[in-house]
Amino acid sequence: MCQHHAYRLSRLFTIISLIIFLAALSVINGSYALATPAERDAALQLLTEKSSKKRGAGIDALAASGDPAAAPILAAMASGELYFQKTDKRVVIAKKQKDGYAVVDPISNEALGVLPSKGLRKIRVNNRLRRQIRGVLGGLNLSHPDAEKRLAAASGLQKSPDPALRPALKKAFAAEADKDVKAAMAMALAVIDSKPEAAAEDRLAAIELLTDSDATEARIILTQLASDTEKDANVRAAATVALDTVEDRLFYYQTLGSIFQGLSLGSVLLLAAIGLAITFGVMGVINMAHGEMVMIGAYVTFMIQEVFRSVAPEYFGLSLALAVPAAFLASGGLGVLMERSVIRWLYGRPLETLLATWGISLILQQAVRTIFGPTNREVGNPEWMSGAVELTGGVLLTYNRIWIIVFALAVLAGVWALIRFTSMGLEMRAVTQNRRMANSMGIRSGRVDALTFGLGSGVAGMAGVALSQVDNVSPNLGQAYIIDSFMVVVFGGVGNLWGTLVGAFSLGIVNKFLEPVSGAVLGKIIVLVAIILFIQKRPRGLFALKGRAVEN
Amino acid sequence: MHKPSIGLRRLIQTGVFVGALTASVAGAAADTIKVGILHSLSGTMAISETTLKDAMLMLIDEQNKKGGLLGKQLEPVIVDPASNWPLFAEKARELISKDKVSAVFGCWTSVSRKSVLPVFEELNGMLFYPVQYEGEESSRNVFYTGAAPNQQAIPAVEYLMSEDGGGATRFALLGTDYVYPRTTNKILRAFLNAKGVADEDIMEEYTPFGHSDWQTIVSRVKAFASEGKKTAVVSTINGDANVPFYKELANQGVKAEDLPVVAFSVGEEELAGIDTAPLVGHLAAWNYFMSVETPENAEFIKKWHAFTKDENRVTNDPMEAHYIGFKMWVQAVEQAGTTDVDAVRQAMYGQTVTSLTGTKAVMNVNHHLSKPVLIGEVQDDGQFETVWKTDGPVIGDAWSDFIPESKKLTANWTYPWVCGNCEKPKF
Repeated sequence: MCQHHAYRLSRLFTIISLIIFLAALSVINGSYALATPAERDAALQLLTEKSSKKRGAGIDALAASGDPAAAPILAAMASGELYFQKTDKRVVIAKKQKDGYAVVDPISNEALGVLPSKGLRKIRVNNRLRRQIRGVLGGLNLSHPDAEKRLAAASGLQKSPDPALRPALKKAFAAEADKDVKAAMAMALAVIDSKPEAAAEDRLAAIELLTDSDATEARIILTQLASDTEKDANVRAAATVALDTVEDRLFYYQTLGSIFQGLSLGSVLLLAAIGLAITFGVMGVINMAHGEMVMIGAYVTFMIQEVFRSVAPEYFGLSLALAVPAAFLASGGLGVLMERSVIRWLYGRPLETLLATWGISLILQQAVRTIFGPTNREVGNPEWMSGAVELTGGVLLTYNRIWIIVFALAVLAGVWALIRFTSMGLEMRAVTQNRRMANSMGIRSGRVDALTFGLGSGVAGMAGVALSQVDNVSPNLGQAYIIDSFMVVVFGGVGNLWGTLVGAFSLGIVNKFLEPVSGAVLGKIIVLVAIILFIQKRPRGLFALKGRAVEN
Repeated sequence: MHKPSIGLRRLIQTGVFVGALTASVAGAAADTIKVGILHSLSGTMAISETTLKDAMLMLIDEQNKKGGLLGKQLEPVIVDPASNWPLFAEKARELISKDKVSAVFGCWTSVSRKSVLPVFEELNGMLFYPVQYEGEESSRNVFYTGAAPNQQAIPAVEYLMSEDGGGATRFALLGTDYVYPRTTNKILRAFLNAKGVADEDIMEEYTPFGHSDWQTIVSRVKAFASEGKKTAVVSTINGDANVPFYKELANQGVKAEDLPVVAFSVGEEELAGIDTAPLVGHLAAWNYFMSVETPENAEFIKKWHAFTKDENRVTNDPMEAHYIGFKMWVQAVEQAGTTDVDAVRQAMYGQTVTSLTGTKAVMNVNHHLSKPVLIGEVQDDGQFETVWKTDGPVIGDAWSDFIPESKKLTANWTYPWVCGNCEKPKF
């Protein structure tokens, strides 16, 4: 292979630099050759071409020039920061600022000042070019001193394999010390070796390696090798066996994944329903404006994030921590106001309560629409809530979902402790169990009603903070959750927090196991019908309250 | 009863009074040409439609500053059908019979259009419908200024199959469960089959409106994509459901260069609610992007920002459709010398307007426009960058060539055809 040749040359004749120079010129894929400015500049000019084919050729030529600046230039191109000046077609790296673009020369790293966007034109990349750059960068960064860069290079090569890089990869693999990087390189080698051009024994070895891999790429390749397009019968047979093993394993992982997804959907349902479990479950108020309390919590999150963005962007990660109490206070305060002004006049009249709270929900929605506009508001996910942790075999647990599960359980525990252990909780229970008795014991039942309703609404507001991370922040946010919340509370058993917990998680998991079989639409319908039938059998839900409270 | 309900009642009374007052003021200004605006200002669709109402007000305002139309001022009549499909029909009837508007600009979802269609046909009204839709329709009383499937869906899939688009040979069609996605996907499936894509390489999946838990579907699409062929996702997911969908894609690490998603209902407005950095490279197909660099577009954006007094407001494709539709209507009225619906309709055919992308948009006899098709990639600032476009304008096709029973039909509202769905001319 050419670059192998070049490598040996460069090692043998280090002293005779002229010869090395000539050898480097003759190299096609010479990531190890010395820089030749002329080639590099020609390649850069290709990048400014209109046709994406020519830009693609430019990428290869730039990598082949062996210039040390090639890798950073290509990385900038992939992230859309490579521009050229319209006047002289000089290629520059430009970063957007408030007043224009901070322009840097990619070769000398010399800052060229801040230029207006008018004089610059972006070097466009499409998905094909991005893939190409990923492969090329993989080749260039294989021997990078930074282990993370090498890992990125190796995983880039897995996805954009280039058979020409095999010798370089083999060499890097032999020299590699880091365990993770070595595994990634082995995988990349296997991907390259599984191509029809490779030798038969290499391919069989590759299949063996791929059998043990959980990566999605492994499955893609094995499927191809096991299909009719594969000419070699031995390879095809080995691949078919391997594919079966991989698919059996993947089935377990998928079941695991479904359970996690069910828990996560359940935690969202739980969050939305806890507040309702208090206002509807404990107090018996059919609060149709419950969803709007959730929505207001989400908008509070938005406002707090806006403040963070403009005042202290470096502490953006903390915005959610601050949003939780703020949303609790905002929604809770509104709940108290609602209870004192409307709902307290309507106790014992469920139909009127339903209509009045529904009216309030419309008013709140339209008010938010008027103040914030009808369009979605951007609520950012802080760093610690973005991305996912990969367990194995493509089972991804996304961080935002993990946090929401934790948060939902924490909120539930908090509410439970408050009702169980505090004097306010005691008063709440007393008032809901026997109002007149509580009154005669000196409890101001009106105040307790207001606080209980405020608590339920405040918890809904906290749910809004969490939901803003997975759903739209728009005036319609609450509507989407009101039905689900009632479903969970009724299914779990009115007035029972444990019922809400079990109800939410079981609905979530059932839903997630049904969805792949029946589709999302039918899945929802089946769950709804099942709950209706269940309620016929057990009108008081999973965990029915017993005792005197029931008789009222 | 108790205090609060009195407060409420007074509120309602005041509302009624103010309403009556505006109505009487409107009635007093006699010599105006009325233009109906039928967009939801509340409910689920307010998110998309409110912007179109504002765009119409801006266009009317601008026309009035130029001296109005036929020497009269234009007067917008705004009604709110509240995302409620039957209410659309009621409000349409009100606009035509009571307010006597000369033309109506409105509707977003196909179901709202289907709901007002009989009203417009019965009362001989004129509707300008600005949104990309599933086709398979041509009414004498509607001008479709959005894209038909051959102006959006088909070119987008062709792009995905091309070398630059990644050479996809396996497709996941995801959509919201209603008429537009189902019809579009039916056309796409027929198109893909014709291109040699087998049915087992097509996955079709529908979700309810406002679906927010995309975990299962995104993992299934990933599994589908891991079965050996280059895969792409075609999304007809509507409205609100898009934000959680894209968030899930980003969190599960779906990269556009491995599994590109091309969307037909995601514009600048929808992206405004998401952090687009992880979505760079995903695609959308439209006839207009805010990022298009033409003098017409720069001018339009400047006016829009001035009109809304908000530098951050974005523009989108349905706004451009209203821009074209309104300009054409104005030209047709001027040419006909009257606002009479039948006369204006005749004058509409062949009207040309320079669109915001700088090409000449033409109204065809099938009531659809000729417009160019653009494919754009999502950028990290929430804008799209055009990566591909058709060489010239594409004629909107009311009846898809890929559905056998539609292929036979012709829409042509001029003599001798005078028909929206005929196999041979009426005269």
